[in-house]
Amino acid sequence: MLFFWDKSMTNRFSFDADPPQDLIDHVVGIDAGSWLDTLRRGRSVLRDNAQLSSELLLNPKDDTDFSKTERLAVTSFVAGLHGDSGIYELYLGLLARLEGGARLGDVIKDLVVAGRTTGPYGAYPRGPLSNEDLNGIGFSASPAEIGERLAAALNHAHFLTYHPRDASVDALETLKAAGWSATAIVTLSQLVSFLTFQIRIIHGLTVLRNLGPTADLNILETTS
Amino acid sequence: MNVTEQTSPVLDNREPDRFTTALLDWHPWLPPLAESELTDTHYEGLVDRARAKSPYFMLLARDPEILGARTRSDKDIFYNIAGGLPRKERELAATAVSRFNGCIYCASVHARFSERQGGSPAALATLLETGKLPADAEEKWLLVAEVARELSETPIGFSEVHVRVLRQAGFEDAEILDLINASSFFNWANRLMLSLGYPTLPVEK
Repeated sequence: MLFFWDKSMTNRFSFDADPPQDLIDHVVGIDAGSWLDTLRRGRSVLRDNAQLSSELLLNPKDDTDFSKTERLAVTSFVAGLHGDSGIYELYLGLLARLEGGARLGDVIKDLVVAGRTTGPYGAYPRGPLSNEDLNGIGFSASPAEIGERLAAALNHAHFLTYHPRDASVDALETLKAAGWSATAIVTLSQLVSFLTFQIRIIHGLTVLRNLGPTADLNILETTS
Repeated sequence: MNVTEQTSPVLDNREPDRFTTALLDWHPWLPPLAESELTDTHYEGLVDRARAKSPYFMLLARDPEILGARTRSDKDIFYNIAGGLPRKERELAATAVSRFNGCIYCASVHARFSERQGGSPAALATLLETGKLPADAEEKWLLVAEVARELSETPIGFSEVHVRVLRQAGFEDAEILDLINASSFFNWANRLMLSLGYPTLPVEK
């Protein structure tokens, strides 16, 4: 089944819309009262907190330790690495609305092309799991256009997205050296990790939306 | 995984080198908050006050609001028993994702949880050891573990084929959504647990 993506639709999303918009419903195209809306609302605490997480991480009231521009740059990068175009376009659109965001978005798009690979890969502690070690690409964003601090965050985001089992205290020391406080590192880690969740929910719901509900299949079978 | 001397002078050789159902400890690489630093906002983020004893939750409490949203999401996915997938299968999905991403700590916890909900200890042990369920595991389990894995690939491997196969095997849409939710959530959880600290085996007594 073909999935037609209307770009203008994603660009209408805003965290400040009135009435409020649910980001996941918006990007998947879930209409109020539809079968998929009803299904999602069977886990309404999750639905509400997935939305709240987006707001806290991407539209924070206080962004002094981790700016909104940095957050949307990292977010666009992670969405781009996953290759799900609807959410990638939406986040690039939010970034472009910030001062200097459109130019930064162009840099991110190039970094996404350079950074895309397949995961998860990485090494285990030496021992019986070593025969499962998988080599993957390293990634290092140039700080020339975006600065050491954002470059370090994007490098960390690439590692978290594709090869989290290569984790080490050194990765956190690298962030600290680039100007990230312990609390900002926690928020950055939550942001990237949350996105790997959110993008999978969006992907899964989009697959369901494209297929339609089970009931439709039954009706087709009984009437044919 | 590198463990520097300054963060673990005593425990250097106690990091597990294989998946296990043993009760592991977890040590943060960044300083957690101290209990004396907690305000009402922090307690709200921790959700359960007992979590003030956990270095993992006390580290995440540095950003208490997102911790609260994470924890409430977790609880609705895994503990809400109004319809949907049986809990042992939600925990199986968490275990399969953790095994695939390489989170030894997360896999140990959720394999135990699945067992406690009636999951087959032998099947879970094989999943932990080899990365796959035994070929003679029940069909429903094989499908849950396979779909959990496809959802955890980047780019994401889950597609309409998986939904069709699940439906043919008798999964209801509410169960399929729970499977998507549980598998997706462990991509969040694994990355925090793996990247902010390291596990150790329990000290023999």
